[in-house]
Amino acid sequence: MIEGILIGIKTALSFQNLLMVMIGCFAGTIIGMLPGLGPMTAIALMIPITYGFDPATGLILMAGVYYGAVFGGSTSSILINAPGVPGTVATSFDGYPMAQQGKAGKALAIAAYSSFAGGTIAAIFLLIAAPSLSKVSLSFRSPDYFGLMILGLTAVAAFSSKGNFLKAMMMCVFGLMLASVGQDTLSDIPRFTFNTMNLSDGISFVLVVMATFAMSEALTIILKGNDPTKAAKQISLTELGSIKLNTDETKKMAKTIPRSSILGFIVGVLPGAGATIASFLAYGMERNFVDEEEKQKFGKGSVQGLSAPETANNAACSGAFVPLLTLGIPGSGTTAVMLGALLGFGIQPGPRLYETNPEIFWSVIMSMYIGMVVLLILNLPLIPYIARILAVPRTFLIPMILFFSVTGIYLMSFNNFDIFLMIGIAVVATILRLYDFPMPPLILAFVLGGLMEENLRRSLLISDGSWTFLWDRPLTLCIMITIFLIVVWQIYNSYLKKKKTL
Amino acid sequence: MKINSVKIISLLFFVLSTFYLYTAHQIQVFSFDENAPFNAKTFPIYLGYAGMFFSGLKLVLPDQKPVEVDAKYLEFKKTILLVLAVIFYGITILKVGFFLSTSLFLVFSYYFLGERRWKLILIFSFPFVAIFMYLLHSVLQVYLRDPLLKYIGIMG
Repeated sequence: MIEGILIGIKTALSFQNLLMVMIGCFAGTIIGMLPGLGPMTAIALMIPITYGFDPATGLILMAGVYYGAVFGGSTSSILINAPGVPGTVATSFDGYPMAQQGKAGKALAIAAYSSFAGGTIAAIFLLIAAPSLSKVSLSFRSPDYFGLMILGLTAVAAFSSKGNFLKAMMMCVFGLMLASVGQDTLSDIPRFTFNTMNLSDGISFVLVVMATFAMSEALTIILKGNDPTKAAKQISLTELGSIKLNTDETKKMAKTIPRSSILGFIVGVLPGAGATIASFLAYGMERNFVDEEEKQKFGKGSVQGLSAPETANNAACSGAFVPLLTLGIPGSGTTAVMLGALLGFGIQPGPRLYETNPEIFWSVIMSMYIGMVVLLILNLPLIPYIARILAVPRTFLIPMILFFSVTGIYLMSFNNFDIFLMIGIAVVATILRLYDFPMPPLILAFVLGGLMEENLRRSLLISDGSWTFLWDRPLTLCIMITIFLIVVWQIYNSYLKKKKTL
Repeated sequence: MKINSVKIISLLFFVLSTFYLYTAHQIQVFSFDENAPFNAKTFPIYLGYAGMFFSGLKLVLPDQKPVEVDAKYLEFKKTILLVLAVIFYGITILKVGFFLSTSLFLVFSYYFLGERRWKLILIFSFPFVAIFMYLLHSVLQVYLRDPLLKYIGIMG
């Protein structure tokens, strides 16, 4: 393990990779700050650029963007009460009131220190947990993987779609359908290509991500007539105040950070849970831990109320890498995008990644830590200036997003068909978004589609076409029972609501 | 009876799943693979049924949180025109070349979305695209085909 860590440090600290972490954190912060444009959009816009680099550098850049976007989301939550990402909604509960009291600088500093501490503690957990889980997961077989993938999709649909379970499941199926287009991997038989050569290689992952996130985001902003940068124009450099914390505030944070980090990391590892649930749980947990006097301050600018969700959401971001790096199964939409990018590099994450590509495995973990440091020393002093950059009007922002989306696809295929297909998917995604159909399950399903089919194929061939593989092994059985309970609970919940409304 | 838009989308998804299932059954597999436990159409067939199942449930079960979208406040005209601009950009990018089509697309989009500061419009179109292309060529070694620039003699 020590050898691996040293390889990781060496790779992550190379000049090019260090530069990528900085660029990633900086670009991620700017994109993440814009309400509505979260880490997935930020990473989606970066993917075409990463294909020019080696896999480790590409992944390091994306990890930097991920952390930067989460941090940027916190900034917009605190300064303008408009969370850039759902994971930072809880941050606004106490961050915005602090900013209104003229302590915006202090709130940003608390968020930055908490994020740094949460991310650092979680990176250490990841350092310990990932190799151990990699070894355990070597004993997993195709039925277990197939079960885990269905569990991942079901959990993402159940926990991340705010009561829209059926809509999320429809999006999962839609993602799997899109993934099935093209030649069958084993027999090369064309499927759903409608005799078009352009579809014989399937639909590109980057195309789907760009269409469902970057492009549809831009179209949604225009359709709804929103201006995400409007509030940022009101920010004044003089209003931010000092970023220094006093002893009392530091002591309060010192109590909050360890427990929120542990909670955030555990929630992050669970499929589907992620930063949003982690931050809300941490906020609720912290409220129960503090004394009565501090409890009264919650929602009015409490230091602990701000520190807890910020610590937890960053810890959850690191936790989400555990299933991705060890099982090759992403637990969230953002890590699904990263998996797709890795597959694009020709790398299959999973238990063997630890042995076959140790430099990628370890450098990603090490670059997370470096990313935290960069965010703290580079972004914190620069935040007032970055916030001003956000005053860029939507008249420039939207065409730029559209330009980067189209160019990203054009650079990969150099044909018009992919551009038109992207526009078509983006229009459909915009309509679906309008009616609260969630996009992360679609991306997760699209990325997992090929792997799911492959594992189902192996399982069915081994069991000679019998579906008994679903309960033959205790591990598979446990996974299937969990899936069954989630589905039944979610559908039963819908039925109960019907009875109440009648 | 008022049918909400989510139900209409669910119905469309049900129809799509049915069509997908029908097309999945039409996939030609090798004769020796026809009765195999798993062939090229097995997974799509299950997907078709899954799509019908979930969209069917969405149609039957009530909405937990009905989504109200007031069409009055949506800027359809602007969005459609912008989509058409992107389509036109997609058509011209190969024929006219990256530099001119991208620059013109940016100029049109900025102006169309309400920007009237011509100095900024011009800076963030032609010179911006030129710098972008230069970075692609020199840093990422990505060559962009551009018939116009080739004709002028700027690119080889």
